[in-house]
Amino acid sequence: METGVNAIELKHITKRFGKVVANDGVNLSVRRGEILSILGENGSGKTTLMNMISGIYFPDEGQIFVDGKEVVIRSPKDSFDLGIGMIHQHFKLVDVLTAAENIILGLPGKEILDMQAVRSKIRELVDRYGFELDPDQKIYTMSVSQKQTVEIIKVLYRGANVLILDEPTAVLTPQETDKLFDVLRNMKKDGRSIIIITHKLHEVLALSDEVAVLRKGKYIGTVETKTATAESLTEMMVGKKVSLNIDRPEPVNPQKRLEIKGISCVNKEGITTLDKADFTAFSGEILGIAGVAGSGQKELLEAIAGLQPITEGTITYFPAEGGEEELSKMTTTQIRKLGVKLSFVPEDRLGMGLVGSMGMTDNMMLRGYQAGRRFFTDRKTPKSLAERIIQDLEVVTPGVSTPVRRLSGGNVQKVLVGREIASNPKVLMVAYPVRGLDINSSYTIYNLLNEQKKQGVAVLCVGEDLDVLLELCDKILVLCGGKVSGIVDARTTTKEAVGLLMTRNQRGEAGKE
Amino acid sequence: MIHISKRDDISFAKAWGIRIIAVLLSLVVCAVVIIALTRLNPVEVYKAIFDGAVGTKRRSWATIRDAAILLCIAVALTPAFKMRFWNIGAEGQVLMGGVLTAFFMINFAGKLPAPVLFAAMIVSSMAAGLVWGLIPAVFKAFWNTNETLFTLMLNYVAMQITTFCIVFWENPVGSNTVGIINSKSKIGWLPPLFGLTYGWNVVMILAVTLAMHIYLKYSKQGYEIAVVGESEKTARYVGISVKKVIMRTMAISGALCGLAGFILVSGSGHTISTSTAGGRGFTAIIVAWLSKFNAGAMILVSFFLVFMQKGAMQIASQFKLNENASDIITGIILFFILGSEFFINYQVKMAGKHKEG
Amino acid sequence: MGVLIIFLQKAITQGIGILYGALGEIITEKSGNLNLGIPGVMYMGGIAGLTGAFFYEKSVENPSGLVGMVIAFACAFLCAVLGGLIYSVLTISLRANQNVTGLALTTFGVGFGNFFGGSLSKLAGGVGQISVATTGNAFKTPIPGLSSIPVIGDVLFSYGFLTYLSIALAVILSFFLNKTRRGLNLRAVGENPGTADAAGINVTRYKYLATCLGCGIAGLGGLYFVMEYSGGTWTNNGFGDRGWLAIALVIFALWKPVNAIWGSILFGGLYILYLYIPGLGRSMQEIFKMLPYLVTIIVLIFTSFRKKREYQPPESLGLPYFREER
Repeated sequence: METGVNAIELKHITKRFGKVVANDGVNLSVRRGEILSILGENGSGKTTLMNMISGIYFPDEGQIFVDGKEVVIRSPKDSFDLGIGMIHQHFKLVDVLTAAENIILGLPGKEILDMQAVRSKIRELVDRYGFELDPDQKIYTMSVSQKQTVEIIKVLYRGANVLILDEPTAVLTPQETDKLFDVLRNMKKDGRSIIIITHKLHEVLALSDEVAVLRKGKYIGTVETKTATAESLTEMMVGKKVSLNIDRPEPVNPQKRLEIKGISCVNKEGITTLDKADFTAFSGEILGIAGVAGSGQKELLEAIAGLQPITEGTITYFPAEGGEEELSKMTTTQIRKLGVKLSFVPEDRLGMGLVGSMGMTDNMMLRGYQAGRRFFTDRKTPKSLAERIIQDLEVVTPGVSTPVRRLSGGNVQKVLVGREIASNPKVLMVAYPVRGLDINSSYTIYNLLNEQKKQGVAVLCVGEDLDVLLELCDKILVLCGGKVSGIVDARTTTKEAVGLLMTRNQRGEAGKE
Repeated sequence: MIHISKRDDISFAKAWGIRIIAVLLSLVVCAVVIIALTRLNPVEVYKAIFDGAVGTKRRSWATIRDAAILLCIAVALTPAFKMRFWNIGAEGQVLMGGVLTAFFMINFAGKLPAPVLFAAMIVSSMAAGLVWGLIPAVFKAFWNTNETLFTLMLNYVAMQITTFCIVFWENPVGSNTVGIINSKSKIGWLPPLFGLTYGWNVVMILAVTLAMHIYLKYSKQGYEIAVVGESEKTARYVGISVKKVIMRTMAISGALCGLAGFILVSGSGHTISTSTAGGRGFTAIIVAWLSKFNAGAMILVSFFLVFMQKGAMQIASQFKLNENASDIITGIILFFILGSEFFINYQVKMAGKHKEG
Repeated sequence: MGVLIIFLQKAITQGIGILYGALGEIITEKSGNLNLGIPGVMYMGGIAGLTGAFFYEKSVENPSGLVGMVIAFACAFLCAVLGGLIYSVLTISLRANQNVTGLALTTFGVGFGNFFGGSLSKLAGGVGQISVATTGNAFKTPIPGLSSIPVIGDVLFSYGFLTYLSIALAVILSFFLNKTRRGLNLRAVGENPGTADAAGINVTRYKYLATCLGCGIAGLGGLYFVMEYSGGTWTNNGFGDRGWLAIALVIFALWKPVNAIWGSILFGGLYILYLYIPGLGRSMQEIFKMLPYLVTIIVLIFTSFRKKREYQPPESLGLPYFREER
């Protein structure tokens, strides 16, 4: 295979979802035998772009060239036929089948299976690129990284020359990441092209030949990795600070409210998702939590709310009245029963925070319906609360009994935050409070959080937009790979500094090749 | 190209319009089947159905009695279904209630004063149904054992327990049936209420229906059932114990099925056999499902199904067909109503031009 | 010895009909459809086979057993497939609830069987008069020669062809599921239809075919009861609860066709065990009849304790599948 030819080239690709422009005139190219990184924050349009190459979306404008010829990709099958294979973040595998069975699933061929031939073809691929895989192992007994291996081999088995990996390292341990990178380098040597979506700078620097940067749907540029540094890439990725004019009242008489000491969480697969996190939250302050997606934000909030077991460490709550309560040994119910006011707006608003098919009144009842000894529910209080929220937060809904699923994203969020605030919390935790919301709704939410802050609530706010966190919060805690990589003063720090903390990984920097 | 999309909302009138069209269509199909099989004028046949179901006072009461029992079981199943727990075991839970009722009627006739006897019958029948409903619930709650298959199997265990008991209670000896229990003394029979033979049945069942409606709609426990059914994740998030709700709800569901068994034995059949439940446990599942757990709809649907069954019995005897025609007709109607739900939940559009087809 | 041979024979005779039902349900469930209409479908198959044979024997002067068999077989299979088609249209295309649709199909099928069975009896001149002796005997014909070997012949070779077909079918199904491409695709459909769809497998087609074929096979179980077990006669509700026993057997066999073979003989044996235990009172006999169900419940509980993935029902069992609309 001759190298140097563009295996894939995109010209002026634009994709809109309704009013939102997910990709705006993006140009990219990857040559044979080259590894291209696509770098960008969450929501910068990386995955959307790749989904257009793999046939899941169809671009509104622009052209796609494969091996120099213009092509039209309308379905995943079209993409397959052009030798493009994508490995998604969510694996599509059948758990009770073996690796080999999953690899040949849906392929045409002789009716009676010759598993021996399949196995030897898999072994050949495994040996050529240095994978580790037993073709007869069942998927459900595999670790995440083994499953990923199956997905990659599945794509290679079908003869893909271009591999697209969507954040492949998000679920891997550092050792597994190293192994994956070795395999990818072997594939590159073999003349295959690889596009890897990521937001981890050290990986970009360690692995790729070129880096294309996207920011908020826009194509910022492509640079050769050789000439790039962590600082230059961060600047490209986060851009210049944008002023948003969010109010930030000065904290009044901050007091220690919540003390987290060395807590860790481990997920089902046994991977550490939160690693000895330490911090203190004060009343009357907003503590922002920044980090790339999956750095342990969800685990941190859920651990405090008692929804996520912790393997070590302590979480201590200091009531305003004095004394202290250790939350880490209590269940959700106990935490609430003790009168410890934790309010939690989870990421999954309709799947966890609210019941989509119920109206606002019934959703208000989720908190506090158990109060009192009466057998019957009291719907008057939640109904008037619902009405108050509609009025105060300008929720657009046909009525208090309309299923909340039918409301727009912004209104759903108002309902949820409104309910959580109504229970007069002492600590308010919110995750991605303005995700999917329009500007006006977002400002309503910022004001609500400031309102809480003024009343002396300790607010924890997980966010993804650094501009917002920098203007809204008093302090920003940065998570990176489950570790707290820094806590900075939001008034004095810079966007670049936070961006670097988000991607800084001691091992990664040391291991830069 | 046909484009199918989920409807966001459908007006009450339109939804019921679709259902009524489905029922009418099914009646047309049934008429075609009847003509094909019997070459009778279907109008005459439908007249006979009407006559058979509500033609005389006695027939009307039989229809009401059976519709009420069906309603009772459907009501009993509702909380379980609302929680997304597939209780296919109503047949067995009803039988267990019936067996306990018969036990007290046979063994304590004349030994206990009537109020005590009735209390014992009601309490024990409900307890038996409760146990029968609770067993699969415990396994579901703790080990996630498949409840559909578990409850289904328990039906047949209950049937064998029934035949086991019949051996001891058979009357006359050797008949392998229990016969009418206390046929002379009528001890343990629900007495007429306001001069109506099945007065107590109807009153009790309507009371249970109303109570269930209130329980599900206004009680805290009913609210918990709704939350668990919609999203276990949300339930955990607000600190509802999902295990506890599953077990409590199935206990209630089973106990009310047991009560239906009591009403069947004490208030209607005055005997016990494996066919005491007579497939009602299964039909009630369909009633509860089709009614979307709405009490009013349940009354209508159970009345309609029993109406058609009774009517079909009538045509069977009037036109010398056999009585199983009723099951065929019921089946056809059910198929149509089940199919119609699709058109209520989804919008089907014939898409216009599609580029490559 | 003699009693044991007879017991084994009877157990097998009892078991084969259940085996057909279970095989049909296994292939259906492998596609993710829980068809509780199997008991009804078995009635449909039984009566259709009987009706076909009945009209054939009535219309011909000297009916041939072989032709009768072919007609009965085809009628039973096709009528049962029709039942499966009703279920498929409702649950797959119209996305109706599987449990409810299955139960409705059972109501319909049992009524269908008893209605035509009763009507046919009347045509034949009275209750219990319906008999298709020629076809019935043809179905009962054992393998010539082999069946006269003592003991082995009695236990292994004394049955009609449907018995051997059922066992062959179980082996073939097992081969199909485990060794063929389409079998693999079918398993994927039942486990994870989303993944199967992404791999380019036509989920709807697989579900339709598996469900309809499964019903056809279950229908043969009905035919077996009518022809080989009852010798070509009909009694209303004559199958009793064997249709449900077939569904129990699927669980007991852990969704593996070959397990269903010996499972069916075990179930058949448990079903009639009470007749062979001396000194059993009538009441205890009834307790013994519970055994197949109790055993199934125990298996169900045990597998949920073990949580071994190979022993679990297909993961998408009972759930509807349709591609997310974008």
